[in-house]
Formats: sequence, structure tokens, C-alpha cells
Amino acid sequence: MSRFGSPAAGVVVQAGAITRQSTAWAGSHQAPMLDVARLALARDLQLAFRKRGQLVQPLAFFAMVTMLFPLAISPELARLREIAPGVLWAGALLASLLALEFLFRDDAYDGTLEQYALSGQSLTWLMFAKTAAHWLLTGLPLALTAPLAALSLGVSAAAVPGIVVSVAVGSVALSLIGSIGAALTLGIKRSGALLSLLTLPLSLPVLIFGARATQLAISGGPLLAPLELLAALVVLGVTLAPLAAAAAVRISLE
Amino acid sequence: MHDERLDVESLHLWRGDRHVLRGVGFSLASGECLQVTGPNGSGKTSLLRTVCGLMYPEEGRVLWEGQDVRGDLRTFHCALVYLGHEPPLKAELSARENLRYWIGVRHRIGAAALEGALERVGASPWCDRLVRTLSAGQRRRVALAGLTLSMVPLWLLDEPTTNLDTEGQQLVGSLIAEQLARGGMVVAAVHHELPASVRDLRRLELAA
Repeated sequence: MSRFGSPAAGVVVQAGAITRQSTAWAGSHQAPMLDVARLALARDLQLAFRKRGQLVQPLAFFAMVTMLFPLAISPELARLREIAPGVLWAGALLASLLALEFLFRDDAYDGTLEQYALSGQSLTWLMFAKTAAHWLLTGLPLALTAPLAALSLGVSAAAVPGIVVSVAVGSVALSLIGSIGAALTLGIKRSGALLSLLTLPLSLPVLIFGARATQLAISGGPLLAPLELLAALVVLGVTLAPLAAAAAVRISLE
Repeated sequence: MHDERLDVESLHLWRGDRHVLRGVGFSLASGECLQVTGPNGSGKTSLLRTVCGLMYPEEGRVLWEGQDVRGDLRTFHCALVYLGHEPPLKAELSARENLRYWIGVRHRIGAAALEGALERVGASPWCDRLVRTLSAGQRRRVALAGLTLSMVPLWLLDEPTTNLDTEGQQLVGSLIAEQLARGGMVVAAVHHELPASVRDLRRLELAA
């Protein structure tokens, strides 16, 4: 008991001697923005590797969807090759949607979002870091799995780089768009259906341009144009989505 | 040099058709502690959340160093830490990792400061265990370590002694006393009395 009593008394005595100007509050030592983003990113990545189930789920879903088509339609490679872009992109879109539910949910439950909002740091910037972590954990693995799915649909190996790039770029846009929907549906129980309803229409341009880029990659055409359109969507998303997500998170905390 | 000062002017807060806060106001200067009491549902948590800017009052304002905090919420947030009734900890991270991320997002913390804070709340022996495996009282102690690490003038505490043993409750008392001696301020919503080590205690009773 006295262990805790005595230091307190010691400080009370000091308070008279030391003037209050000498108190060093942390306000002036705020962490720089890059450190903050790095820390928020590292936290999400570390958490994801402690809960691997959530990490694997969208990938398993993506693999299953793309594998069902050869079984359901026909094993004829020429026909599969024709539908491959659509299958790949519909699968990737649904898989990334599946992962979205986890983007803010745990952080909302355990009070992390609240502490982020009260940290004195830019919530927009923190949302950006969270979305970046989300892409690293879902979008990037999807882009890396896409070649396997594509090869099983009879696509030639020459198309693989184009497919990886288009899924990688497109999934950045999907993560950004999805972060708005995930933040908006935070206060709602069983928000999955509403989340898809909100996010799907906004994701359609990504689906269209992504599938087009993949199609061109498969047929050996110039795929720069649809890729540039995807990149434009990413730029738009990077500029606006974290702002919108931060505003939505603030509303959900009230 | 300006002294830190918190003024809360006649807050009115409605949740749906319930008038939760009916003109609550108080002022707090450097080195003062306010104990907010009242029965369950009297709006203690709502008051703390409104003061720290998570909830928007229908009427009234909160002034920090004489400035309306709505004008510059980030400066105000840099000066406060809010501890809700659940410690803001990740179950899948250890106590130490939790503190490093939680407080590290606010400002840089040195390894020595982190060890010191863990030691102070008696968390050193189990600070590398996952929070999932800790008891509710141990989690509360980790949250208290975060409080001491935050180094901000204003503490807003919601039931800081919940789940703590007698020694832990006295720890809360001496942490608050230290904060006041440093010239900080504390607003604590409590059911029970704060430990006797807290001097300069002022009271605010919320009606049901």
C-alpha cells in the first residue's frame, strides 16, 4: 500500500517547489504524420497475422468461385478463356467485399476508432493507413492469386503480368470505395447486406474497366487505356475516400 | 505562459426524445479534480463524451483555454485523454504492444518510459501476454499505464476503478494525485468515492 502512497506524496511536495511551467505535456511532441501512418499500418498487419482466418477467407472464396466455373460450364478451354475476365473480376469484387466487413468492425468494438478520433492526429490520414493495410491484406493477395485462377481457366502464361497489374490496381480502388461503405455502416448490426448494397454500385466502374483490361491482356491487345482509367479511379479514391470514411467514422462514434 | 483551463457552459444533450444533459456546466483549472456522480443513466458517460467532442450537444459549449473547442478540436484532443469504461485494448496484442500502438499514435514514447509505466501499474510480470488472456482488472491496469504515458493535461475517466482490487483503486488515487500535482486536471465519473489520496476534489452530482 505504502508503495503507492509515498510517490504521490513526494510529487505533492515537489509541486510547490517546481513551477508549473516546467510540466512537459506531450502536446508539443506530437508524432509526425508518417510515423503515425506507419504505426497504424503495422498494427493492422500484426493483428491480421495473429488472426489468420480472416486473412485466408476472401482468398479461399476467390479460389472457389473461379474453380466452380470450369465444373459448371464446360472444361473446354476456348470457352473458359472467353469468360475468364468476367469470372476473375466478379470473383475478385465479391471477395474484396467479403473482407470489407472486417475493415473497421473490431476497431469500433474495442474502442480503437474512438482513440484514433481523440488522438489529435488526422483521422483522414489514419483511415488512409487502415485502407492501405486492408489492401495489402486482401487486394495484393488477390492480385497474386489471380494468375493461378487465370491459368486454371485456360489463359496463356503471357497474359499473367497484365492480369496481375490490372487486379492490383483495380483492387486499390475497391478497397478505397469499400472503406466509405464500411465506415458508413459501422453503427448497424448485421451490416453485410447494406454494405454490399452501398458499395457494389460504386464499384461497377472498377469491374468494367478491370474486366476490359484483363480481356485485352488475354487477347494480347493494348491494355494501357483501361489501366489508365483504373488508375484515375484510384487517384479519385485516394483523394476522397479517406476523407469520407473519417467523416462517417465520426458520425458513428456519436 | 497560459494556464490550462476547461470551461463547460450549460450543456444540453438530447438522445432521441431523452433530455440527457440539462444545462450541465463546470469550470476546472490547473490542479483540480472533478468527481461526477449520479445514478445509472444520469448521463455521466454522455457528459464525458460530449466534453471530449465525440458527441455534439444541442446547446452549450466547451472552452479550452478560453477557446471554443469546436474551432480547433485537434489542439484540444492533443491535450486530453479519454478512458471509456472498456479499456481500448486489442485482445490479440500483448499489453506492451497495445500501449506502443495506442499511445505511439499520439506521440513518440521511449522504451524507458514504456517500461516505467508498466512497472508503475504493476504490469511488468505479465506485460508480454496477449490481452485476451488477462483478467478485467489487469486490462484496466494496462489502460492506466496508457494514461500515465499520454502526458496530457486533461484526463477524462469513466469509472476508472472498475474491476480493480483495493491496491489498484489506491493506484488510481495516487495516479490522479500525481496528475493534479503536475498541474493537470481530471474529470472522473464514478459510482464509488475516489480514493482519499485525491485532494482538491470537487463534486458534480447529476440527477437521474
